[in-house]
Amino acid sequence: MNGAVEKTGSSPFVATLKRLLARTGLSGRTLVIAIPVLWLLIFFLAPFLVVAKISLSEAAIARPPYLPLWEWSEGMLIISLNFANYQYLLDDALYYLSYLSSLKISALSTLFALLIGYPVAYMIARAPDNTRNLLLMLVILPFWTSFLLRVYAWIGILKGNGVINNFLMSIGIIDSPIVMMQTDFAVYVGIVYTYLPFMILPLYANLVKLDESLLEAASDLGARPLTTFLTITLPLSMPGIVAGSMLVFIPAVGEFVIPALLGGPDTLMIGRVLWNEFFSNRDWPVASAVAIAMLVVLVVPVMILQRSQDEKEEAAS
Amino acid sequence: MSEPKSAAETRPWKDPAAVPFISIKNVTKKFGAFTAVNNISLDIYRNELFCLLGGSGCGKSTLLRMLSGFEEITSGTIEIDGQDMVGIAPYERATNMMFQSYALFPHMNVEKNIAYGLKRDGMGGAEIKDRVAEILKLVQLEEFARRKPGQLSGGQKQRVALARSLVKKPKVLLLDEPLGALDKKLREETQFELIKIQESLGVTFVVVTHDQEEAMTISTRIGVMNEGEIVQVGEPHEIYEYPNSRFVAGFIGSVNVFEGQVVDDEQDHVVVRSPDAGIDIFVSHGVSCAPNQKVAYAIRPEKISMSRDRPKDKKNVTSGMVEEVGYLGNLSIYQVMLESGKQIRVAKPNIVRLDEEAISWDEKVFLSWDGSAGVVLVS
Ligand SMILES: Nc1ncnc2c1ncn2[C@@H]1O[C@H](COP(=O)(O)OP(=O)(O)O)[C@@H](O)[C@H]1O
Ligand SMILES: [Mg+2]
Repeated sequence: MNGAVEKTGSSPFVATLKRLLARTGLSGRTLVIAIPVLWLLIFFLAPFLVVAKISLSEAAIARPPYLPLWEWSEGMLIISLNFANYQYLLDDALYYLSYLSSLKISALSTLFALLIGYPVAYMIARAPDNTRNLLLMLVILPFWTSFLLRVYAWIGILKGNGVINNFLMSIGIIDSPIVMMQTDFAVYVGIVYTYLPFMILPLYANLVKLDESLLEAASDLGARPLTTFLTITLPLSMPGIVAGSMLVFIPAVGEFVIPALLGGPDTLMIGRVLWNEFFSNRDWPVASAVAIAMLVVLVVPVMILQRSQDEKEEAAS
Repeated sequence: MSEPKSAAETRPWKDPAAVPFISIKNVTKKFGAFTAVNNISLDIYRNELFCLLGGSGCGKSTLLRMLSGFEEITSGTIEIDGQDMVGIAPYERATNMMFQSYALFPHMNVEKNIAYGLKRDGMGGAEIKDRVAEILKLVQLEEFARRKPGQLSGGQKQRVALARSLVKKPKVLLLDEPLGALDKKLREETQFELIKIQESLGVTFVVVTHDQEEAMTISTRIGVMNEGEIVQVGEPHEIYEYPNSRFVAGFIGSVNVFEGQVVDDEQDHVVVRSPDAGIDIFVSHGVSCAPNQKVAYAIRPEKISMSRDRPKDKKNVTSGMVEEVGYLGNLSIYQVMLESGKQIRVAKPNIVRLDEEAISWDEKVFLSWDGSAGVVLVS
């Protein structure tokens, strides 16, 4: 690698580039890292700052529907930061309750996804080589149809004269349809169904690496299968559990489509509140404040988790 | 602990009345249509350090895994200490296994790894602590008790694995290539440690290895395996001096094989006419074979004497030309071409430093050996 660079060093372009890099104190390494950093700056940090800015402004009937943060008037720079939007979030119980409800729904959905996903991932990881690829394909297959379409399909399954109710009534277990649509139950079904692959895949990636001789060693030392699972498999698959749970929990908190289509009017989720603020009330500042608050609610626990995970890894190595 | 007599001293296998500790009877293991272990019968006695020796893929690990319960037996029976092992799960067996890959639990430190088996037996915390400390001392790992396996060297991991499998004081310890991952020097040191530990604890060891020197060094007896079968069982010197087949003779150490035919078959000696050797070889032991049967005569390189003058007192003398000399330090290996064109190897210890008189390339030499130096192989 190095040798190749030395050899082509005679080309004027590379030589110039090298000299330039040397002068600015940059190395090729920095350049390589710069690309993802730029990406994050442009597509993550910049929009975040825009939203943060809007969250601190005042709503107005204008276009865009908020007042600027700063203005020049008679040689004075007037910066007005409006924290009232955040104040409003605290004052109105609706927001506070929506956050709690979102967190609860996401947490429970994550738990269900874990309970369903773990055995599935374990089974796939232990399957013979040729069936394993087929099973993985089946997990990914739903992504080939539109997400929206799949949620609509669930309406067809859950509604009053849908697949489940019709079947149960035809075999005579129930006389009148069970109400499943527009309940929290339907929201749980929708979220767990939609995000299950995101739980299964990282768990599978972890479990497939598990050294079978460790399980044999445990068994040899007197551990029954359940003990082996609890003392060996489960702790060693913790990184997979954490990764999968994050991938389900985080997007589920902000989920809008599923509660809107499957949930009832009393299914409180922050994504719906945000949508209403933004499109129905056209209150961009409050909507932005809701979004920023959601980010904080999500980022802080994730960071704590990450920190403890890192420490554990350090202790292990 | 009472002083257990090692099996090497008592040699229970020489005693027809001795009761075997592990009794393997007509055991076969098939994977689909493939037979990995073919109709093996084998008795192993208490306190033995028994080696299963054979090339890669001959079924050693499979046999060991049937003893530990990880593989089901296709047919046959295994008894350990009088108990039939069929249908008994690994976690219910009084055997412990030391895995070739060590299989240490990466998320537990050395102490916890070793305590794992004791905890499963429901032993109390204080007693576990004592037992772990005792075994850590035995394998000289006291300072490393709090380390995770990832922070240990290969040799240290090997000792943790040994400690973990020994701490439960199993009836039988099964070791799959226990020293395979160590470098040569460490391996030789560890071999003697292993013998010491085995003798001090009085646990029956069954060791799988593909390294014939290792098997010779550590075992009370060796079972040589080939293609799923046991081809010979015996003490190391028996296997070396009296191999019962061409396979065993060739597998253990280096050997010269002369093809021939029995021309004189008496009670106390036979004569093998071998065009290979260019002589009629006198063998001072009887052989059970048909008259004129084709046989092989095997003789180790170090059993052949080499001289410039024809020796007078040896039964078997032939001659040839030195082609190659390989200096190995403690001995030199000579490759000699006989008149028949057959190349044979002769080993000569280097007794004198820088021997000017030593036989060298292209010299005509006489090779000689006694009637008891080699063996006749009928298979
Ligand atoms: N689980 C298995 N399925 C199919 N074949 C196996 C299995 N385990 C071992 N074998 C085959 O059985 C033979 C003996 O294997 P093994 O006992 O591991 O040999 P070794 O003497 O090297 O330890 C090999 O040819 C191996 O491929
Ligand atoms: Mg093996």
